[in-house]
Amino acid sequence: MTVQNSFPQGLRDGIPIGLGYLSVSFAFGISAVAAGVPVWGAALISMTNVTSAGQFAGLSLMAAGASLAEQALTQLVINLRYALMSLSLSQKLAPGIGLLDRLLMAFLNTDEVFAVASSQPGLVGRRYFLGLMLAPYLGWSGGTVLGAAAGAVLPAAVRSALGIAIYGMFLAIIIPPAKKQPPVRRVLLLAVALSCLVAWTPLSRVVSSGFSIILCTLLAAGAGAWLFPREEVGEDA
Amino acid sequence: MPDRFLAQVAVMAVVTYLVRVIPLALCRGQLKSRWVRDFLFYVPYAVLGAMTFPAVFSSTGSPLSALCGVAVGVALSWMEKGLVTVALAACAAVFLAERLL
Repeated sequence: MTVQNSFPQGLRDGIPIGLGYLSVSFAFGISAVAAGVPVWGAALISMTNVTSAGQFAGLSLMAAGASLAEQALTQLVINLRYALMSLSLSQKLAPGIGLLDRLLMAFLNTDEVFAVASSQPGLVGRRYFLGLMLAPYLGWSGGTVLGAAAGAVLPAAVRSALGIAIYGMFLAIIIPPAKKQPPVRRVLLLAVALSCLVAWTPLSRVVSSGFSIILCTLLAAGAGAWLFPREEVGEDA
Repeated sequence: MPDRFLAQVAVMAVVTYLVRVIPLALCRGQLKSRWVRDFLFYVPYAVLGAMTFPAVFSSTGSPLSALCGVAVGVALSWMEKGLVTVALAACAAVFLAERLL
């Protein structure tokens, strides 16, 4: 089994993520200032949380004067998908990665960092992952500061178009393997169908969007593991 | 500034970090169950699919412009173009769609 453990390669692979984060974190910065948070406060949130959905939700709860318990529960539900991703990542790490490194890596196990690490053939080493973390962290923190400081300087048309950037990256990550591997394609289509079903039916009134992602992931990946078991010798396990 | 701002931020950061760190710190080595390993192999595709759809349709000014961005993104991804190419092309498609439609 090959191990991807090059720091420069990790750094390079992180740059598109960091660039993608600029627009989203820029939008977060603008929203934070609009909600009455000072620029340093917006930067503090981004530098300690590093998660888009959780931060936007946290901001709206704060602005609504929610209790700390409500804040904790919402963060738990919205971010619970990271537990699945961290568990999945634990299977992808090269042997011998110690506790301290894991404590550091977990801090930046975002959707996109996880997706890129998962897409490596073979296992992922410590140096590669640490390199991969850098640009996304700078992009996320820097974009927030810029957004908060600049306010709404970008024309609305440009902001609207940038909103799709992160999803474009997701498509580029999931579609090539789905094209080549029919089981992956079926799992992906099932997850998409379930997610749309929840969002477009009255289910959306009882299932929050964060919880919907967890539910759809569990059902689709569970069905995949049950219906399409993989060959034991898979190089990409 | 929102009430108890620092406490709110601390709660957000601690909960988010714990969710990320516990599985990674506790789970060493390969899991024994084949089903669990297969399940975790499928997780990235399922989670990214569920996060993208249908949320992408409300990520721009209108569902129609988002649909144009998705169409371009899917087509270029199918041709196995890189992450940045696909992301920028999707943005360009949305920008043009919102000017023209």
